[in-house]
Amino acid sequence: MQSLGMQVLFQGTNFLRLLQGLWVSLKIAVISMALSILLGIFLGIIMNSKKKWVKALCRIYLEIVRIMPQLVLLFLVYFGASKHLGMNLSGELSAVIVFTFWGTAEMGDLVRSALISIPKHQYESGYALGMTERQVFLRIIIPQTIRRLIPSIMNLLTRMIKTTSLVVLIGVVEVVKVGKQIIDASRFTTPSAAFWVYGMIFFLYFAVCFPFSKAAAILERKLRD
Amino acid sequence: MDFGFIRESIPLYVDAALLTARIALIGILLSGMIGFICCIIRVMRIPVLRQAAAAYIELSRNTPLLVQLFFLYFGLPRVGIVLSSEACAVIGLAFLGGSYMAEAFRSGMDAVSKVQIESGLSLGMKPMQVFFHIMLPQAVTTSIPVFCANIIFLIKETSVFSAVALADLVFVAKDLIGISYRTDEALLMLVIAYLILLLPISIICSLIERRVRYAEFGNAGVVSGH
Repeated sequence: MQSLGMQVLFQGTNFLRLLQGLWVSLKIAVISMALSILLGIFLGIIMNSKKKWVKALCRIYLEIVRIMPQLVLLFLVYFGASKHLGMNLSGELSAVIVFTFWGTAEMGDLVRSALISIPKHQYESGYALGMTERQVFLRIIIPQTIRRLIPSIMNLLTRMIKTTSLVVLIGVVEVVKVGKQIIDASRFTTPSAAFWVYGMIFFLYFAVCFPFSKAAAILERKLRD
Repeated sequence: MDFGFIRESIPLYVDAALLTARIALIGILLSGMIGFICCIIRVMRIPVLRQAAAAYIELSRNTPLLVQLFFLYFGLPRVGIVLSSEACAVIGLAFLGGSYMAEAFRSGMDAVSKVQIESGLSLGMKPMQVFFHIMLPQAVTTSIPVFCANIIFLIKETSVFSAVALADLVFVAKDLIGISYRTDEALLMLVIAYLILLLPISIICSLIERRVRYAEFGNAGVVSGH
């Protein structure tokens, strides 16, 4: 009977539907990641500012993100916004807002530490060659920072993808939800469907995240040498 | 805001917070143990187990906790293994946390310089003695910031337990929203509960981190002085 249970994955369009569900999760992750990178670079530069109140503000923002579970933030936006702003945010949009809010903080912190790690003589050599502050930043500092950031960005992306699994709890139809539908539909024909479907989803997430985290590890090793 | 309602719902949140804290504590302790075992296996280069540990770490780091929990809670009963939701939560958290803790130990072990190990061996210490008396203390000190980050991360991850019918903080908040439609009060209490749970830990962690970094600078000075 075990071999029969596995067939539920490939009955009809089931497998295709699972992949489509996964695509919804990935889309949310990629859009939030792109926004986080853009906003995070700004935040990272701002965080190195010498003004006390800017530092304090950034610190509070980071601390909020560090402490609040992403699920709680999702609930706040999804349930809170519909009540107070009178807007009916879709689950997807709330997810993008929350993940961008979270990702920007993480990204900002990464950019900040990468900027600090650039040795001072890099700036000074630039100035000594008569470059303006803008030129030094755009041509010397930013390219080096980005090189150092790539492994961390990839790690953050895998975390983002993993966290998108939470959006099923605010009603987005993504891979876990599709899995539930398949399980419910085949409850009587294949009782062991839950085992295979959740096992498959587990494997799918692994198949998506593993290449990124492996690549990040390899790049990190390369950078160190 | 209806403060009467908030006052009435406090006991519910306290119960849920205690449950969350209990499961987080057990899960974190187990993850520490799993991480430590993986670390011993790796350092001692035990053949087959080493590959198994590496596979486990990759598998657990690259999949979301929610999917792991769904597999444990809804998937396994279909093949005859029935777990209670608390058992699922603890196993899931330990499975996830174990790999993070293992990586923390690993980064600490990698930071121990080779000279230290060789000196120990040449003094006639056994490999096990070198491991416990020389490598481990140094590794643990250098990884303390990572351990702290992992602990906070794991406590945050407990928020998904509501999905396997465990009456944790999120579960209570969702319940109250469903029963009474008092979204604001329920969400406010949820945020406050997590603040109370995590803010002290976060502050303690930053204090420890500063302390460790301070020690690190001292050591660096001594090393470069020689």
